[in-house]
Amino acid sequence: MARSKRTAEPINAGSMADIAFLLLIFFLVTTTMDVDSGLLRKLPPPLDPEAPKPPPIKERNVFTVLVNRNDQLLVEGEIGSLSTLRVKAKEFVTNPYNKANLSAKKDPAMIDMIGTYEVSKGVVSLQNDRGTSYDMYIRVQNELVAAYREIRDDLAMQTFGKKYKLLNKDQAKAVRRAIPMMISEAEPRNINS
Amino acid sequence: MSKFGKKDKGGTPEISTASLPDIVFMLLFFFMVTTVMREVSLKVVVQQPFATEVKKLEKKSLVSYIFIGPPIKGLAATFGTEPRIQLNDAFATVSDLGEFIIAEREARSEKEVPFMTTSLKIDKTVKMGIVTDVKQELRELNALKVNYSTKKGTDITAE
Repeated sequence: MARSKRTAEPINAGSMADIAFLLLIFFLVTTTMDVDSGLLRKLPPPLDPEAPKPPPIKERNVFTVLVNRNDQLLVEGEIGSLSTLRVKAKEFVTNPYNKANLSAKKDPAMIDMIGTYEVSKGVVSLQNDRGTSYDMYIRVQNELVAAYREIRDDLAMQTFGKKYKLLNKDQAKAVRRAIPMMISEAEPRNINS
Repeated sequence: MSKFGKKDKGGTPEISTASLPDIVFMLLFFFMVTTVMREVSLKVVVQQPFATEVKKLEKKSLVSYIFIGPPIKGLAATFGTEPRIQLNDAFATVSDLGEFIIAEREARSEKEVPFMTTSLKIDKTVKMGIVTDVKQELRELNALKVNYSTKKGTDITAE
């Protein structure tokens, strides 16, 4: 009975780590760290049949992109490809040489932090067929968004010396005002291939 | 050499592992807190397309998900291979969207409703027809903020 005389032995806590590890591994495995990411877009509000029709946009200010059911592109009436779409869209919106067939500019307006700037009137119009694959649709959207992002980057670099992503809130707002993202999705209809 | 040399005789002292459980517990709590158990079991295959201009979705609590894709293998026998819409845990049709969006709105406070986003998780093989129908329905419901869920990067299989 020599044992009972002693005070209670400390419980061996060595296996605590093992238990904790076990739990840890379980949570490690079950954790899904995937942050949902994607192309954020805003749909146009529903059409109001009673509202007066908006004035038609001049043909030169519309950059039409059609995608048919075979995932082929028609850019401004010509057969196009994904690789050139971004450059073409950029050229259309910025219109650096003021060509008559590319988008017109609004009258110079004062924008905070940037100064007078001629905002483009250009609208990119995207139309797809019901048979277009979603993959192609996303690729086209991606190129158009990329075109706008590059234009914004250019302006941000010129005025603030930083990329658009790195600007602070007010600066980003100013750039957005100077270069609004005008991608419109036409009312759905079938395009013959 | 005599006074201080004695200590080395016992070899390197054992490192105390007493604090190991604490460290492990810390990690454990971190993962427990960040873990989001999958809320819905997917009944459709969704292989997201790739894009480079992706943005992260913030405020997960304000996002409702719509899945579109062909049914998973086990269900293909009963439901076929045509792309279908999945809302919550069940297959749905475009006409069910209204109920779904309204239910989602009621689950949030009124202030948050304008900031709600609908995330479209769509398989890349899906044709735009069904997507267009969903988009038109969302427009009618005034759920205008959408997110085309994509993975970041470029598709290596692209030409």
